[in-house]
Formats: sequence, C-alpha cells, structure tokens
Amino acid sequence: MATTAQTSADGGQKAPFPPFQKDTFASQLVSLLVAFVALYLIVSRIALPRVGKTIDDRQAAIESDLAAAQKLKDDSDGALKAYESELAAARARAQAIGAETREKLNAASEAERKALEDKLSVKLAEAEKTIASTRETAMSNVRGIAAEAASAIVQRLTGVAPDGKAVDSAVDASLKG
Amino acid sequence: MAADPIHQFEITKLFTIGHIGGQEIAFTNSSAYMFLSVAVISLLMLGTGRRLVPGRLQSVAELSYEFVASTIRSTAGSEGMKFFPLVFSLFMFICISNVIGIIPYTFTVSSHLIVTAALALLVFFIVLIYGFYKNGLKFFKLFVPSGVPIYILPLVVLIEVISFFLKPVSHSVRLFANMLAGHIALKVFASFVGMLGAIGFIGWIGAILPLGLTVALTALEILVAFLQAYVFTILTCIYLNDAIHPGH
Repeated sequence: MATTAQTSADGGQKAPFPPFQKDTFASQLVSLLVAFVALYLIVSRIALPRVGKTIDDRQAAIESDLAAAQKLKDDSDGALKAYESELAAARARAQAIGAETREKLNAASEAERKALEDKLSVKLAEAEKTIASTRETAMSNVRGIAAEAASAIVQRLTGVAPDGKAVDSAVDASLKG
Repeated sequence: MAADPIHQFEITKLFTIGHIGGQEIAFTNSSAYMFLSVAVISLLMLGTGRRLVPGRLQSVAELSYEFVASTIRSTAGSEGMKFFPLVFSLFMFICISNVIGIIPYTFTVSSHLIVTAALALLVFFIVLIYGFYKNGLKFFKLFVPSGVPIYILPLVVLIEVISFFLKPVSHSVRLFANMLAGHIALKVFASFVGMLGAIGFIGWIGAILPLGLTVALTALEILVAFLQAYVFTILTCIYLNDAIHPGH
C-alpha cells in the first residue's frame, strides 16, 4: 500500500521506501526488544507499584479523613441532640415548676381571699348590726328630743306648757308619717 | 531539496553493535528514539514525586495510570488487570514515541511497520498462549459464536478464524499507516510553505494557507498520536478479553 508513496518520492533517492528496507528490520527489532523489555521491567517492577501505592495511599487518606469527619459530625450531632433533649427536659421541668407554683399561689391567694372575705362579711354583719342598734337608739333618742323640742316650741309659741301625753302622741304620729 | 516527505522515515545507522547470523545489528536513530521514549516514560513515572496532593507532572503520571487501568477494567474486566504492566507499557511507549515524533526533525518510531507489527504480534501471541493456557480447548469457543444456526456455522467459524488471524495485521497496519500518512501530509504542507516562500512576496501571501494548514495538521497529529496509542491499547484489551473470556 505505502509502496506507491515510495514511487512518488522524488529527489535522487533510489533506495526503497524506508519502512520496507528489510536490512533495517533486525536492528529495529533488537532495539525494540531491548527498549520494550526495559520499559516493561521498569513499569511493572517500579513505576506502577509506586504510582499505584501513591494513589492508594491518597485514597486511604481521603477515606480516613472522611471517616474522621463523619465521626466528628456524628459526635457533634449527638451532642446537639443531647443538648436539645436536655433543653427540652429543662424547659418542661421549668414549665411544670411554674404551673405548680402558679397553682399553689392561686390556691393560697384564693384561700386568703376567702378568709378575708369571711372576715369582712363578719365585720360587715357586725357593723350592720351596730348601725341598726345605733339607729334604733338614735331613733328612740330622736323621739325624746323631738317631744322635748315640740313641747319647748309649743311653750314658746303659746306660753303654756303642753300636755306631755298629747305631745308624745303628736310626735309619734309625725315620726310615723 | 530537503522537502522530500519520505526522508523523515529513513533509518540511519549511528554505530554498529554486532552481527546476528550475518545480519548487522546497528544502533540507529530509531533505536535512539525508542530509548528516549523509555527514558521519558521512566522520568515521568518515577521522577515526579509521590506527594499526597500531586503536582502537574505527578498528576500526568497518575492520570495515565488510572486511564489505562480503567480502560482495561472496562473492556477486559478486573481479571485483565494482570496484564496491566504490559498494556501500560504498550500505551505509554506508543503514545510517548508518537508525541516525540511530532517535534520537527525527530523520528517517529511507530512509522515503521516492523515496529508496530512486532508489538501487534506480541499481543497476538500473548492472547494465543494465555488463551490456551487459561481455557485449554475451550479457547476454541472463541471461533464458535453461540446462537448461530447450524447450517451457517461452518461459514461463521471460517470467518471468525480468518478475522482472528488478521487481527495482528489490522492492529499493526492501523497504527503504522496513521503515523506514516500523518507525517507525510504534515511534511508536504510544510514544504509548500518553503517552496512558496522562495518565490517572493506573492509567494509569502500564498504560503499563509499551507502554513495555517500545517499548524492545524500539527494539532491534528497530536490528537492522532494520542488517539492511535489509545486505539492500539483498547484493541489490545479487547483481544486480551477474548483470551480471558472466550466464547461469548
């Protein structure tokens, strides 16, 4: 195939197309054999294990770092969860204490209020009784005063001391009216 | 004129090493570039540090390692990893020597059919020997695809056998022809620049197009240099897979 290229090659070259010069084959094969075997030995014995180990080491380092990071993250997640549950418990406790205290205080104030109300109602009743009796006495006093005053007024007006009984009945009538 | 596009493929003897069976064994420019490739690969794989956070060259070394490893795993399975050093050597040798060959005035090792044929035959015989070593006579199942009607089976087996023995041919010629043709095209277009430039001012303007093409072709050749190494490697993996798991 490529021999046709050789015929088109001009310039005073009479030698055959270089890739088909048979006398160079042996030299090339020997060189290729030596070079390729050397390359194979270098690659298989030194280069690939070395590069492979570097890659594996890196992979291992990345994986252990990731594992460590994951562990730290888990730890911090756990700590966060513990903190949150602790916080929730504390909040619940605080609410319970608050509710309890409120209830206790409510009950206490309720009792105090009741006691005070009772005391006040007793006092009120007493006061009302006192007022009633006071008014009664006052009213009876008023009758006496009114009778005296009426007789005095009558005396002053008429110059005659009125009859006590008549005055009394008149006062009673006016007090009733 | 130095614009002969074939000149770059010439083998020049640097010194004679000895004789084997009357055949002169010489250290040639091809030998020099083979050893240069080996040296570059060794330098890349060994001289680039082993740090946890890789530098650029260390990344290249590790990328080529993982690239070849994943190629083998995806085509030949994890059992193919026992051929990792071989496949890696093949890939790096072809890739690095191809890339070196793009540099002007250098020699491209794989532009010689004898070299690519030797590498392809190496793979062929490894497949053949390992296939029989691992599978015994079951290796012949490779030539007998399952689910083929019995009346066309002989024909299919014949085709399979022929294709099996033609594999090293296509394997080697593909790489050789690609490198050869690419370098010839590159040289032809580059020589246009020189020829047109010699004419004068109008020639300079005319040379712009072949110059641009040369640049574009060089980029293409860098791609081809890598791609052909990859193609050679993945075909090697596929053939090795035949040896590991025949008859599917």
